[in-house]
Amino acid sequence: MVNIDEGAHAPPPAEVEDLPPPHATGWWSRWVFSQDAKYIAIQYAGTALAIGFVALVLSWLIRMQLGFPGVFDFISAEAYYQFITMHGMIMVVYLLTAVFLGGFGNYLIPLMVGARDMVFPFVNMLSFWVYLLAVLVLAASFFVPGGPTGAGWTLYPPQAILSGTPGGTSWGILLMLVSLILFIIGFTMGGLNYAVTVLQARTRGMTLMRMPLTVWGIFTATVMALLAFPALFVACVMMLFDRLLGTSFFMPTLVEMGEQLSYGGGSPIVFQHLFWFFGHPEVYIVALPAFGIVSDLIAVHARKAIFGYRMMVWAIVIIGALSFIVWAHHMYVSGMHPWFGFFFATTTLIIAVPTAIKVYNWVLTLWRGDIHLSLPMLFALGFVVTFVNGGLTGLFLGNVVVDVPLSDTMFVVAHFHMVMGVAPILVIYGAIYHWFPLASGRMLNETMGRIHFWVTFLGAYLIFFPMHYVGLTGVPRRYPDISASFVPDSVMTLNAFISAMALIVGAAQVLFLFNLFWSALRGERAQPNPWRAASLEWQTPDMPPHHGNWGAALPVVHRWAYDYGVPGAGADYLAQTDPSRRHGEDIA
Amino acid sequence: MSTTHGYVPDRPDGVEGLAADWSADQTAFKGVSWGKAMMWIFLLSDTFVFSIFLIAYMSARSSTATEWPNASEVFALHVGGADLPLLLIAIMTFVLISSSGTMAMAVNCAYARDRRRTAALMFLTAALGATFVGMQAFEWSKLIEEGVRPWGNPWGAEQFGATFFMITGFHGTHVTFGVIFLLIVARKVRSGAFDRDERSWLSRGKGDYEAVEIMGLYWHFVDLVWVFIFAFFYLW
Repeated sequence: MVNIDEGAHAPPPAEVEDLPPPHATGWWSRWVFSQDAKYIAIQYAGTALAIGFVALVLSWLIRMQLGFPGVFDFISAEAYYQFITMHGMIMVVYLLTAVFLGGFGNYLIPLMVGARDMVFPFVNMLSFWVYLLAVLVLAASFFVPGGPTGAGWTLYPPQAILSGTPGGTSWGILLMLVSLILFIIGFTMGGLNYAVTVLQARTRGMTLMRMPLTVWGIFTATVMALLAFPALFVACVMMLFDRLLGTSFFMPTLVEMGEQLSYGGGSPIVFQHLFWFFGHPEVYIVALPAFGIVSDLIAVHARKAIFGYRMMVWAIVIIGALSFIVWAHHMYVSGMHPWFGFFFATTTLIIAVPTAIKVYNWVLTLWRGDIHLSLPMLFALGFVVTFVNGGLTGLFLGNVVVDVPLSDTMFVVAHFHMVMGVAPILVIYGAIYHWFPLASGRMLNETMGRIHFWVTFLGAYLIFFPMHYVGLTGVPRRYPDISASFVPDSVMTLNAFISAMALIVGAAQVLFLFNLFWSALRGERAQPNPWRAASLEWQTPDMPPHHGNWGAALPVVHRWAYDYGVPGAGADYLAQTDPSRRHGEDIA
Repeated sequence: MSTTHGYVPDRPDGVEGLAADWSADQTAFKGVSWGKAMMWIFLLSDTFVFSIFLIAYMSARSSTATEWPNASEVFALHVGGADLPLLLIAIMTFVLISSSGTMAMAVNCAYARDRRRTAALMFLTAALGATFVGMQAFEWSKLIEEGVRPWGNPWGAEQFGATFFMITGFHGTHVTFGVIFLLIVARKVRSGAFDRDERSWLSRGKGDYEAVEIMGLYWHFVDLVWVFIFAFFYLW
């Protein structure tokens, strides 16, 4: 039993001056070129969801071709390659990374650490506009001669810039590379802001170990992105030179259509190393914010402190660090030395340890919690289950000998769609249902939300579970039509089934988009702090928070973000700003 | 630009102090302004960019099937009837290192809020930086004249020209941006903008010369990167 007494405990003095963030002076600076992180967050998320919708439509087209090959004349093999390439790149970079860091990062970091805004709002604003430019350049590739690149989302050379690949010698690959370079520049501007805001702009009493795990996840992912994106940046610059200037960084001596090309002496494997030195941390750049957010959703909606908070923080940091030394597990069949395979398989499997700690802690947080099956909780539970399922197939693919026969099959596609597609997207949805009231002052419609959840969650399983089986029969990925090959009829039947499910799940996402707009205009008005959450972002004087977030004075933090059901507290939860303290506890 | 009250709590030295700072509230780096923290983190990210450029170069060079051009011949200057290896690059390196020296002196003067000397030393730094870029342009045009192209050269592996132009070009771009920002900040210093009681994106009020120090961080970084480029391209 813990005694709670009113503590008139003076928090430490302010180290950082409380300056008002720049105020908008006109219509343009208020509604277009806003420097308010909350507004930038919505611009980021809106742009990402818009381009993400394009990726969703592309996935329908992909599935229509795979499920019913030959039926849709307008999907040629070239178009199919373009669809899968753009679908993959948009989802991984322009949707997932942008929503988690640019969207949730911008919205939640200042509010959760008790800052008035990001540390450099102008740079933060530029970040969004460069990101928008990157998205527009990417989208433009649909309208140029030759169409977008069809190199596959990994853009492996040499095929990426050869004439046999759609967009290889026309505009497609150029626009893709330029767009990625722009994205990285834009992200860097935002990422520096997120990192410095967390490190140097927390409010009084907000120690690092009192931050919600959401902030930990986003912060660690931001630092990782600042260190991993350079590899992609360099790879893009080099490939751009190969394509435009005729250098041979990645291009070996080649004969194309009976004609020797002027390239020679370059190494395609170097590109693979550079790409995956970015690409693997990228998986965790997406996953860590998801881990953090889901921890908070589970704690709030199970009315219980997160189990093993410190362990959760260290697990995030350790996963972030380890993810920089596992990249070549994407390259077991690239012909690299088998000893490397041994090393990378070992590091890959070690990552399972901190990851498993997190899963156990989520489950232990739920254990004997007061579980409310609200929409955010449903999505959080969906995430935990999906992440475990997707992670288990990762054990297959992380081991060299098991991976080799599974490489480049639909099994791989199923694996990473579960673990990196469906799982983080469930978190995004859960987070939107959770924080929509804060951002808009209205609740999202519950009925539409439940339909959305069940169709998405069950549908995702109906899509990706059979896909594992399809892969195990040896069906390769990236083939537009396998009906005339060795595969049994049952596989084609399954493929048709998967495609039908994909269309249904896609329709549920359209319902979600409708719900967003409809609820923003007509949704039920939200009570202040509708989920009774303890973390700081719900303790603003206004909801939605106004410019500057905190009104006259910055909040003072007295506790961590997880004081739910504290015995003797009197209330169901103690907000982080609540000054009452446990008996004898010293608040530094 | 931020904003410390100058309040820095008492801390033990060494690891204990570090742990105390990181377990404390508000800031992890005590007394470090937002701008300076941001520049350090940016430089960390930029370090990765340059490291990866150089690693890609090393990989290309160590796996080349054709011979790599001999650096001491390629980069030699023909002066007074003799080929002097490394002459130009030695001068370039000297100029850039000297500019780091003048930059450090400028930062020192900025600590003392010596408006005139700070500005003068920053202009000198910018001039040395511009000289460096000018000599690099000379070196590029000399190599281009001799037939070095990104896609080939008369002496051997074509990755030589590609990596050389890409990496020195990327570094030269950094120097050029540095010169531009040096000039901007130096003009501000000279006009007394940092001695007036007004806030701007470069200064938080009277006597705040920190922009000079942050500029110095960037400049020393660019200089340090050059040392590596010099070693890997010209001495290898």
